[in-house]
Order: sequence, then structure tokens, then C-alpha cells
Amino acid sequence: MKITDGLVLDHLTIFKGAKRLVALSAHVKKGEVLTLMAPSGAGKSTALAAIVGALDPFFRQHGKIFLDGQDITDLPIHERHVGILLQDDLLFPHMSVAANLAFAMPNIGQSKGERRRLIEQTLEEVDMPLHANADPATLSGGERARVALVRCLLAEPKALLLDEPFSALDQDLRATLRLKVFELTKARALPVIMVTHEHADALAAGGEVISLMGQALDISKT
Amino acid sequence: MSQKLKKIALLASLALATLFLTLQAKAQDKMPTVLPADWDNVLNEARGQTVYFNAWGGDPKINAFLEWLSDVARSRYDIHLQHVKLAATSDAVARVRSEMRSNERDNGSVDLLWINGENFAMMKSGNMLFGPFAEQLPNFKYVDRIGKPATLKDFTQATDGYESPWAMAQLVFEYVPQFVPTVPKNSTELLAWIIKNPGRFTYPQPPDYLGTTFLKQILYEVISDQVVLQSLATQAIYEKETAKLWQWLDAAHPFMWRQGQGFPASESALAQLLADSEVAISFSFNPGRASAEILAGNLNPNIRSFVFENGTIGNVSFVAIPLNSKSKFGSLVISNLLLDPLVQARAQDPAILGFMTVLDIKSLNLEDQAAFSQLDLGVATLAPDLLGKSLLEPDVSWMSMIAQDWQKRYGVLK
Amino acid sequence: MSPVLRPISGQDQGAFMSLWSWNGLWPAIRLSLVTGLAATLIGLAITAALFALFQGHRIFRVFLRLVAPFLAVPHATAALALTFILAPSGWIMRGVVTLFNALGIPISQTPPDFITINDPGGLALIFGLVIKEVPFLVLMCVAAWAQCDAPRRRLVASALGYGRITGFWLTIWPVLYPQLRLPIFAVLAYSMTTVDMAMILGPSLPPSLAVQISKWITLPEPLYQGMAAAAAVVQLTLVAATLLVWRFLELMGRAISRAQFQSGIRGLSLDGPIKFFGLVFGLVGFGVLIFGLLALGIWSIAGFWPYPDVLPQTYTPRVWAEAQSGVIKATQNTVILALLSTVTAVLLVLAVLQSEFLGKRTYRAQRIIYVPLLVPQITFLPGLYQLTLTAGISGQTLTVAFAHFIFVLPYVALTMGPAFRAWDIRYAMVASAMGASRKKIFWQVRLPMLLRPILISSAVGIATSVAQFLPSQLIGAGRIETLTTEAIALTSGGNRHLIGTYGLVQSLFPAIAFGLALWVPTLTYRNRRTLRAPK
Repeated sequence: MKITDGLVLDHLTIFKGAKRLVALSAHVKKGEVLTLMAPSGAGKSTALAAIVGALDPFFRQHGKIFLDGQDITDLPIHERHVGILLQDDLLFPHMSVAANLAFAMPNIGQSKGERRRLIEQTLEEVDMPLHANADPATLSGGERARVALVRCLLAEPKALLLDEPFSALDQDLRATLRLKVFELTKARALPVIMVTHEHADALAAGGEVISLMGQALDISKT
Repeated sequence: MSQKLKKIALLASLALATLFLTLQAKAQDKMPTVLPADWDNVLNEARGQTVYFNAWGGDPKINAFLEWLSDVARSRYDIHLQHVKLAATSDAVARVRSEMRSNERDNGSVDLLWINGENFAMMKSGNMLFGPFAEQLPNFKYVDRIGKPATLKDFTQATDGYESPWAMAQLVFEYVPQFVPTVPKNSTELLAWIIKNPGRFTYPQPPDYLGTTFLKQILYEVISDQVVLQSLATQAIYEKETAKLWQWLDAAHPFMWRQGQGFPASESALAQLLADSEVAISFSFNPGRASAEILAGNLNPNIRSFVFENGTIGNVSFVAIPLNSKSKFGSLVISNLLLDPLVQARAQDPAILGFMTVLDIKSLNLEDQAAFSQLDLGVATLAPDLLGKSLLEPDVSWMSMIAQDWQKRYGVLK
Repeated sequence: MSPVLRPISGQDQGAFMSLWSWNGLWPAIRLSLVTGLAATLIGLAITAALFALFQGHRIFRVFLRLVAPFLAVPHATAALALTFILAPSGWIMRGVVTLFNALGIPISQTPPDFITINDPGGLALIFGLVIKEVPFLVLMCVAAWAQCDAPRRRLVASALGYGRITGFWLTIWPVLYPQLRLPIFAVLAYSMTTVDMAMILGPSLPPSLAVQISKWITLPEPLYQGMAAAAAVVQLTLVAATLLVWRFLELMGRAISRAQFQSGIRGLSLDGPIKFFGLVFGLVGFGVLIFGLLALGIWSIAGFWPYPDVLPQTYTPRVWAEAQSGVIKATQNTVILALLSTVTAVLLVLAVLQSEFLGKRTYRAQRIIYVPLLVPQITFLPGLYQLTLTAGISGQTLTVAFAHFIFVLPYVALTMGPAFRAWDIRYAMVASAMGASRKKIFWQVRLPMLLRPILISSAVGIATSVAQFLPSQLIGAGRIETLTTEAIALTSGGNRHLIGTYGLVQSLFPAIAFGLALWVPTLTYRNRRTLRAPK
């Protein structure tokens, strides 16, 4: 039976030399969050790199990846429609906030005014209505994280990967941002894979929690 | 760039190169052998030609003179004379050599070249020069071949008409009278002055042309028999005759500028030392140089000049025409123009250049003679009768052996 | 290349034997080696100290603005400027004598007879090299700074109690240095192979290997031609060997810093003395250069200016007036050649760097573009001239532009490469994940972020092209006058009036290019804090 919705990892295995770092088979349904937990340096980012398509040729990859029924294993990054949020916001420093957002928007022939309105709408969604023309360097950490999030979503990905995106923030901001992320991804019905070593993140995600080798982890006992 | 693209590019350029080479080999010599037998024919053919005159560009007075010459060439002969400013003659020689190697026979980049000495000897023996032509130039009859034998012999090598003279040079010493109450008459007195005035004299570092000339001048003074200098230097004679030269230098160096631990690099550098008052006695090949520099505001007006009582070395500046010049007719006309009495008189004017003429003034017509006698040679220039004897340049072999020997003895600080 | 290859192929064994018997060979080699290494090490140390200590202060911004003109002044002009200050008949002594005269203290009215420039130890040469190198290295640091994450690192280091110098050495230097490596190699190669600076400032008994080669090659006898070619081979080997020695020094440096990490030495006491020396160097070194250039400017309008006068007795505009006619045509050619060669080089380097980034195969053979930095021009340019003659393209602007391109390309590559490669590729990754095509990322993300390094390396390319003499003179067959061919011909007579005038004129176009390179990004990104100049 062919699974036609969500993100499917079919025996995705990654080798570093002779060592096997990752061995995953999972089906992440739309709106669900799969949490990968492992200690630092174990290869969490490598797993995400493989899914987004940016795996360093140093590693060897086997298995397949499906998104909404389509085999994306051999596609280049820009054709996969898989968004990714990293620990660093990576907002383009030479562009204003609005320009950063505009960069992400797919070009479907909207007029300039329409694009502008969409940007303003998006900024309102994250409580930053007046920041359209700001220099990203002038924003606080939390503000930058929010802009990075909506920029990523504006590109209309079909799946979202989170690589420890909250670890640069303090606890309060962390909690607020987490809520926002999951709120928006649920609203857009996106399958999400999150990589973290914080139990609080996994709990907030509310989905399955597994290790890099695919073993289920029980995080209820902290 | 992919491998394939590179291979195609390589093959294409090889093909192109081969094509050109074959075309070159087949090309006829467009310029027939030119012998200036019929001067009117030469003038006709020269009309409209462009002559690239490669000459040293380090002296603004020479540059200005050549610009003036261009104007004359244009109005009189309809020739476009272009001065290509060189930092050194060897630059142009290198170009001609490269061109000859590539069989570039008709389209050389050098039409006329200011040259003498070793460069000339090399180009002549390398068959890179057009000629003979000099003695067939109409104005050549005015050249003072008897009184100035150096006009026919360049460093003991007969020019054979492959180069045409245009300026006389003779070694003169320039000095600041305040520090030289009695002018040295010979090398012994010069040495005495040097010892009494430490740090006030030097010479350019060999193998610089002027530097080796100074060494040859001292050699002339200390040598037992001057005649040997005109023939090839054999090891035995060389060692015997130069022994006194090295003695003189060994005695002088510790009292020279920088105690002989450094030397100016060239004639220009030495001239700068005089202008900066670092030395009190200098020398140059151009008797009119000091006056010209005074008029140009570069030198103290007190400066005067002297020569040794037994004569100083003289030589001649020539122009030569490379074999692959494409404007040979034009170059011939310009060579002849340089020997025009009025051009020579203008060059001798210290306000213009201060170069000594190669012409025998008595052989000119009265009008032209007046042009010369009316010249004010300048406050620092010795009158022609006071210049003394012009000694011939020694054979080239002496110069190269002296330069090499100097290098061994003084070329590296101990 | 054939004159160079012949000795190697054994056809000219005699040339090597003659070279071996030259009594100045080992002193010349030693001189080239010592001055090259010393100048590079000192220049690097000063640059690092300047960045470590003063970056962020207002004085640094002022300093950066002043850097542009020094980069634009040709090496020979800078050397001549130094000469006029430091020589015993130079401005300093003239000032002293005039002062003593005014105070009635007896002093000789002729210059003293001691050696300052052309000293046997090469100190004057090292001084001159360092003065020209520090602005270049500073510029390379500026190009690389944005990719260093310096503010954060410095904050961490000082929070941990490290002095500025030690903090810089341990946290920023390891990231900065790899981007400086190629420019440093270029500086090292130049210091060892420079002809004009060594001729003007360096010793002459014997001179450096490079100077001796240029002297021999002008002598007509084939013996000297052969010795020049043999010496060129020796020089190439020497420079290559020195680069290896430098690699070894790098490893040593790494070991030292590793040991320092372990020991936890804070090095606070270093800051004071190094700051002092840094300021002293800045004032003395640049003071000398600035005054030297000022002096050249005065010489360009001076009439009679004897020793010990501090100012000319008369002034004249004659030299500038006479220069006018020649300058216009020469400037046209110079600008066209510089733009042709530099734009081509920049486009080519960008294309190669981008394809390297995209994972297409890179050829080790690419390194051949750096060979022109190591081999003396005089030994292979005549061969190239012959080729152009055979192809019938000599003396044409495009051909000369190509000859310039050969020398501009390595400088553009090594000034642009490090910054390009150090760019954080995660920007490309997230942009790709947003669906942006490779082209879109290159033009809209990468290039704008690399605007400063690209402009800087363009300016370096332009300055390199403007300074070319042999390619213009030889390949141009004497037909293409550039500002430099005219300047060198005119100044070979040592005429200071001309040196002043032409030195200033030669510097103008590159000065504009460097000014733009440092100023345009500041202007473009005036609202973008991250990309403004390192303050």
C-alpha cells in the first residue's frame, strides 16, 4: 500500500565510514510532530541534512524518502519543498525583514501590492506589524526567530524540519515560540520532524519521540 | 571549463599558430633592399611614413627636443616621427631580438634606435641592423671624421655605416668650486683630493656604462702604454696594466662616498648626488649637461667643469635602423635630419640640450657656422678648445674584463 | 618560456656554472630570503596587532579611510618618497640643518656621509616593504572580517578575562588567518621578487637576486642572458622553498596557541606594550610615507630646491603643463586596459569559485594561475611577445589587456577566493529549502553579501593592471603608452620633478578604485549593520 500523505522515511540509513549513525523508518502524518532525541554530536543534524537534501558527500545514504506520495530521495534541495529552521536564524543580513520574507514567497504572479499585503499579514501573525523595513541585526533574538519561522513558512513547504531551533533563546521565549511554531504548523497541516535534546521541547510537541536508530523513547520520566 | 572545451581550445590555437607560421614563411619581402643612392627617391618614399624613434625618455630636455624634431619632420618631409620613450636601450633591443626570432621581417616595432657600444656590436654581429647607409646620407659629408674619429668607430669597432652619429660625448668632471680650490689635472691629484675630502666623490656601480668608463679613464691615466687599449685584451697584458688601476681604487675607496660600501646605480643617480650636494666632484659624458641643468633649475649655478690634461674618453651617440623596420625610408630621412647643421646647432644650445655636435664646423657654409659661433655654451661648459684631447674608447674586451674583475673585488661587501 | 627552460634542459649547463661562480650568489639569496621573510612577518604582526587592539575604536575608522591612497601609490613611487625623507640629503636632515642654522649651532652645510637607504642589512628595504604591505594586509582583513564572527568572539574572550591581544590570537586569528593565507603568500612572493623597491631601497653589493636578474638581462652578451635565466630558476626554487618554510611556521604557531589554550595564560600584560609599539609604528611608518608623498607633491611644482633648504627656492607649474599632453592619451589606455583585464578576471574567478561551490570538479591545474607571481616577468614575457608576433596580434590593446590579465588574475583570485569560500553556506541551504534556484541564490544572496570582498579584489586588480610596465611596453611593442610606461621612462633619469608629478598621476585611478571599494559597501549597507565596514 502506498502512503500518499505526510513525510515517509523508508529505511533511511546514514553511514559515516563503517559506522552507522542513523537508521530510521517513520511516517509523519500531516500536522504531526516527530521528535528525534539524541545526545549532542550523535548525528541529529546529519539526519535532517539528509532529508532536506544537503547531506555532505562524506556520508553514505541508503533508503528512501517520500513526501505526499512523491519520492524525493534524489531530488535537489530546491525541488523538495522541505523547509528547515536552524538554531541560527540565518536571516539575510543585506535585506530588510520584508525583503527576507519576499525572497521566500513563490512567484505566482501576484502584484507588488498583493505581496506587500501578504508580508504585512504574516508579520501580524507573529505580532511584529511594524517591523517590515527593519534591519534584521536590530531585532532581538526572539524577534529574529519569529521572522525566520514565518519566512520559512511563506515558501509554502510541504514538510518542516526543526534543528534545535529554540536552543538560543531563554526559557520564557522558548516556550512562547514553541507554541507559535506548533500552532502554525498545525494550521497548515505540515508534517514536522524536530531534533532536540530538551525534554520540554519533546513534551510540547506531543508526538512520537524516537532515537536516531528508530527506538521509541519514553520521556514521561524526566 | 570542461576537459573537452580545453582540448578544443588547444587544438584550435595550435592550428591557428601553424597557419600563421606558414603564411609568414611564404610572405615576400615587401620592402626591397634600400640603398640611399637616389636621395629624391628616398624622400618620396618617406612621405607619409610613421617612424617610431626608440630613445631614452628619462630627460625631459631630450623629450622636448625630439618633439621639436617631430614638428620639423612633419612640416618639411611629411613624416610622422613618434618618440617611443624607453627606460633603457636594452628594452628596445630585446623587442627587436624577439621579433627577429619570430621571423618578423617587415613589421618591426622599432624603426630608429638611439644606440652605441655593446648594444650596437651585438645587434650588428647578430645581423639585426639595416645598412650600410650612414655614409650615403647627404649630410654625412659635414661630419668631422678626422677631428672626431669616434664617429666612424664605435668602441674600436668600425661602424661600417650601420649606424649614423648624431651627438658627441666626452667625459667631463663637474665640480663645486667652493670645495675644489685647485682643479685636479690627473688621476694622482684626483686621488689626493679624494683623500683630503672624504665622502665627497664616487662613481656609478659597474657594469653601468658610465661607471666602467670612469674605470677606463683612470686606466688611461695609470697605464704605461695607451696603444694596447685599442686591441684585444690578453690575460697577461690585462693583468699587468690593470694592477695600477686596482691600486688606485684600493687607495680611493675608503675615502669615497659611503666609504665605498655603496655606489650610485647609474649616471642619473650620480647626477642627483651632485644636485643634492652629497658629492662635490661628479662627472658625465655630456660637456653641456651641467649648464643645461643649471638653466633648467636643477643644479647650483656655481658648478663648473674640468678635464684631465692628458685627455678624457670620448664617444659618439648613434642612431641605427633595425633590419625589420617597416619605415626604412622615413628612418633614413630622420637620420639625415639629425645631421642637419641647424638641428645640430639647436642641440648644442644648453638652453635646449647642450649636446656636442659631430659636425666639422669649418666645413659648413658661413650662415651655418654663425649659428654655432653665436651659441652661448653655458656657464659651466668648457669651450671646445679647452675640452682637451678626446681619447678613443678601448676595445670592448677591456670593458668586460674590467667589469668582471670589479665585481670580483668590490662587488660583494666582505 | 624557452629562455627559462633552456638551462633546465641542460642545453645551457654553462649558465648555471657561471651563476655558481658569481661571488654574490649566496649573499643575494640570503638577502632575498631575509628581507622577504622579515618584511612579511613584521607586516603580518603589525596588521594583526592593529586589528586586535584598535578595531572598534574611532581611530580605526579614520585609519581605514586613509588606507586607500597608500594602496594606490605604486611601489616604486612609495620607495622614492621614502628615499627623499630618509636619505642623508633628505627632508629630515634638511630640517635638522635648517633648525641648527636658525639656532646658531654649527653644523656642516653638506649632507653627512652615512648609509640610511641602500644599507647592506636591507633594513631600509624591509621598512619600505612593510609600509606598502600593511595597508594591503589590512585590506584583506577587512574583506575577511565579516566572515569571522569577530564581535561575538571578542566578547566571549574578554568576558573570560583574556587581554585583547591574547583573546584575538586565540579566538579570532584561527578563523581569520586561513582567509589571509593566500594574500600572505602573494606578499611573501612579492617581497622576495620585487625589482623596483629593491633597486631603490635595497643594498647593491650585491643586490637581491631579482635586481641582479634584471641587470643581467639588459646586458647584450649571451653569457649574462644565460646567467639571468639560471638565476630565475634559482629564484623560483627559493620562493617555493620559502613558502614551505612559511607553512612550517604556521604549524609552529598552531602548536604554540594550542599550548596557550592549555595553560590559560590571559596575557593582559601584553596589551599595553603592544599598543604602544603599534601606535609608534603607525605614527612613524605612516608619517614617513605621508611626508614622503607630500614631498613628491612639492617636487612636482618645485623649481630650484638645493640642500639644505626645507622648501624650494622657486616654484614652477612647468612640469605639470608639459605633462598634460602625454598624460591624457596614456590615461585613456591605462583605464581601458585596467577595466578590460580586471572585469574579465573578476567574472572568471567568480564563475570558477561558484562552480567549485556547486561541486563540479576543480582542477589542481588551476594553481598555474599563480605562477606569474613567482617567475620574473622579464624571463617569459619576451617569449610571449614572440607568440603574439607570430599570431600577428602584437601592439594591440586587446593583446596587451590579455598580458595584463595574466598578472591581474592571480591577485583577484587570491583576494576574492578566501572571502568567497568562507561565506556561510548555510545561507544557501536555507534559501534552497525555500525553493530558490541556484541562480537566484548566487545573484540575490551570495553576491550582495560578498560585495565588499568583490569590490576590494576588483580594486586590487585595477591597481595591479595600472602598475604593469613590461607587459605594456613589450607586448604593446612601444605603441601602447600607459601612465606607467611613461612614468618609468621619464623617471629613469632620476628627475624628482617628474617622479613627483607622474607618481601622483599614476596613483589617481587606483585610489579611486580603492576608495569606491571601501566606501560603496558602507553606503549601500548604511542600514545594514552586519555588512557595514568593520568599525
